[in-house]
Amino acid sequence: MTEVTAAPAATSSGAAVTRGGADAPRVTGRRQGAKRRQRLEILLFVTPALALMALFVLYPVFSAARMSLYNWKGFGPMVDFAGLDNYTRVLRDEVFTDAVIHNFIIVFASIAVQLPLGLALALLLNRRIRGRGLLRTIVFVPYVLAEVIAGVVWFQLLQPRTGLLEQAVSSVGLPVPDQGFLGTPDLALATVFVVLTWKYLGLAVLLFLAGLQGVPDELHEAAQLDGASWWQVQRRIAVPLLAPTIRTWVFLSMIGSLQLFDMVWILTGGGPANATTTMVTYLISMGTQRSNYGIAGAASVVLFLIGFVMALAYQFLVLRRDTKADA
Amino acid sequence: MRRSGRAALSVLCGSAVLFTATACGGGEDSTAAGSDDNTITWWHNSNNEPGRGYYEQVAADFEEANPGTEVEVVAMAHEDMVDRLAAAFQSGDLPDVYMERGGGELADHVEAGLVQDLSEESAEAIDKLGGNVSGWQVDGQTYALPFSLGVVGFWYNTALFEQAGITEAPQTMEELYAAIDKLKAAGITPISVGAGDKWPAAHYWYYTALRACGQDVLEDAVTSLDFTDECFVQAGEVLSELLDTEPFNPGFLTTPAQEGASSASGLLATDQVAMELAGHWEPGVMQGLTDDGAGLGENTGWFAFPAIEGGDGDPEAQLGGGDAWAVSTGATDGSVDLVNYLLSDEVQTGFAENDMGLPTNPAATSAVSDPALAQLLEVRDAAPYIQLYFDTAFGQSVGGAMNDSIALLFADQATPQDIVDATMQAAELEK
Repeated sequence: MTEVTAAPAATSSGAAVTRGGADAPRVTGRRQGAKRRQRLEILLFVTPALALMALFVLYPVFSAARMSLYNWKGFGPMVDFAGLDNYTRVLRDEVFTDAVIHNFIIVFASIAVQLPLGLALALLLNRRIRGRGLLRTIVFVPYVLAEVIAGVVWFQLLQPRTGLLEQAVSSVGLPVPDQGFLGTPDLALATVFVVLTWKYLGLAVLLFLAGLQGVPDELHEAAQLDGASWWQVQRRIAVPLLAPTIRTWVFLSMIGSLQLFDMVWILTGGGPANATTTMVTYLISMGTQRSNYGIAGAASVVLFLIGFVMALAYQFLVLRRDTKADA
Repeated sequence: MRRSGRAALSVLCGSAVLFTATACGGGEDSTAAGSDDNTITWWHNSNNEPGRGYYEQVAADFEEANPGTEVEVVAMAHEDMVDRLAAAFQSGDLPDVYMERGGGELADHVEAGLVQDLSEESAEAIDKLGGNVSGWQVDGQTYALPFSLGVVGFWYNTALFEQAGITEAPQTMEELYAAIDKLKAAGITPISVGAGDKWPAAHYWYYTALRACGQDVLEDAVTSLDFTDECFVQAGEVLSELLDTEPFNPGFLTTPAQEGASSASGLLATDQVAMELAGHWEPGVMQGLTDDGAGLGENTGWFAFPAIEGGDGDPEAQLGGGDAWAVSTGATDGSVDLVNYLLSDEVQTGFAENDMGLPTNPAATSAVSDPALAQLLEVRDAAPYIQLYFDTAFGQSVGGAMNDSIALLFADQATPQDIVDATMQAAELEK
């Protein structure tokens, strides 16, 4: 206190003796000013993002939650309060519960198939082999392609009788299903999954390759000096060091599989006989095609909760290890 | 043309906000925003010539006859119009004059207070249109005036029929089955259906129901949403019989209705199947799907859905639907006058001369020049009654559930009884 009051006096008197004492509070004041300015800057830069986030993320989420409590056709005032009826309807609807199962099949199949496949390709493409650049491009191109375009192309390829793929399969003497791969309920989901794998393997390979760049060459050299084979080096060194990348990929794949929509919508529209319905195709058709916006809202809230709980659980059980390691 | 906009809208909404359906909802303001000035906004889907130019002329003529009034014409592709209308219904900010498809959809709009009652101000036109307006009436009041009304039937390739040795168009289901056998024997796929879009498959059940059930049963079902009459199950059984003859194109469960060469319409247009059940829009759709723009050209044939043995329904009754002009609540003064003018002898005759659809004003019917449309017009006008597409009649919620379960029957995953059960279950939600 005294120092602060002394400061102006000191300045006005210009006495050298008090300078040391007066300087300290002045610095603190400046620091506080700087901090305040910094905070203002942060606020200035973050506000537009926060506002957009509130408008396009928070508001829709709350709005969907509110909508899920009403019977609403999509126009006119939202007045017919239904309580939790829409949730009961959604959870009792076999089409929706099947959709949840389909989503989880895709989640687990992605991990079971794309992970080993992506890992193997990444390890292979990390070696100095001829045509590596070309191979990397080939694997990565599908990921760059817009999902809608990829879907339309695959839909044409998979056309029964006339599609190139069917013709190829039957030309080597293999049987083709009557309704085609997409039109046969027992095969449709598997077919969609194959197309998804073709589309998203590139992302896994890219991530894993990036992860592998982080494995120090010294480790490889040291292992080789010790007489380890290429395979042993990969198994004991590369893959374990790649674990954080793999865990991140699994997370992305999981969330992506839960939100699966575009490819299914274009290839099958959720059919045949609901064999490929996902939670999102369900809520879209309930909302925009059937005008049951309340049910669509309830389905979207259920999807949100499933995604949220899974993300939290994964963060807590699996990813925490990585953040801890960093700390 | 009909209804194909839904998919596009869904994709749009779906990709915008994956987690929520809100992006496509949200509006609560039910008051239509009519403009204060003297400008009447009119949305229509005659996006190509000669229709577009014709409607511009119509608007100009109306402006001249009503000094001080301006008509702002917005011509859109059908799909775009459907999408924009859906958004307009949600926001409550509707154009003054727009298109309604009738039935339950219209009833929902009426209930939400979005549409004007035209019963009094358009009494003269309504009188002239007669029974044609019935699909646009709610509780005895008329809310929109139909300007084009068509019927659904089998479009076929006369050359392929000839090649298979079929001399006469089938009139009963037995004759249809015989034709299917002949076509198959000749190595021709008999029928294409876009069951991927569901409604084309549903049209089969609508027709078997129309042939199996009497008019009074159907009329009662439309209002009471009660489908307990045996004839509805019979409809599914007849359809199962048809499915057992395996008449459809390979992969019909995922085939789209009318988008691209591999769609149901595309297959018919490119000589890959012999016939398809579709509405009056089919020649136009096929023209857009062939390189020469001619569709099936002179090989275009049409026959009505066959009669069902033992069915109570009139074999002359047809399934159909149409487009009508409606005026939104709070629209600019003069909007109703514009709609009345659009249904006048003069404008409807021009509409017919330009082959823009099947006119509803009797004074204009003789002006249709396209032979295929003229044939349909005869069938339509000879029909004792025209059943509006069930999904339109019941509204999207009940109609959608009905279409879904019919598609399941096509995939051999549902019984005729299931269709009735699923429809009644969805109807419960409405009560």
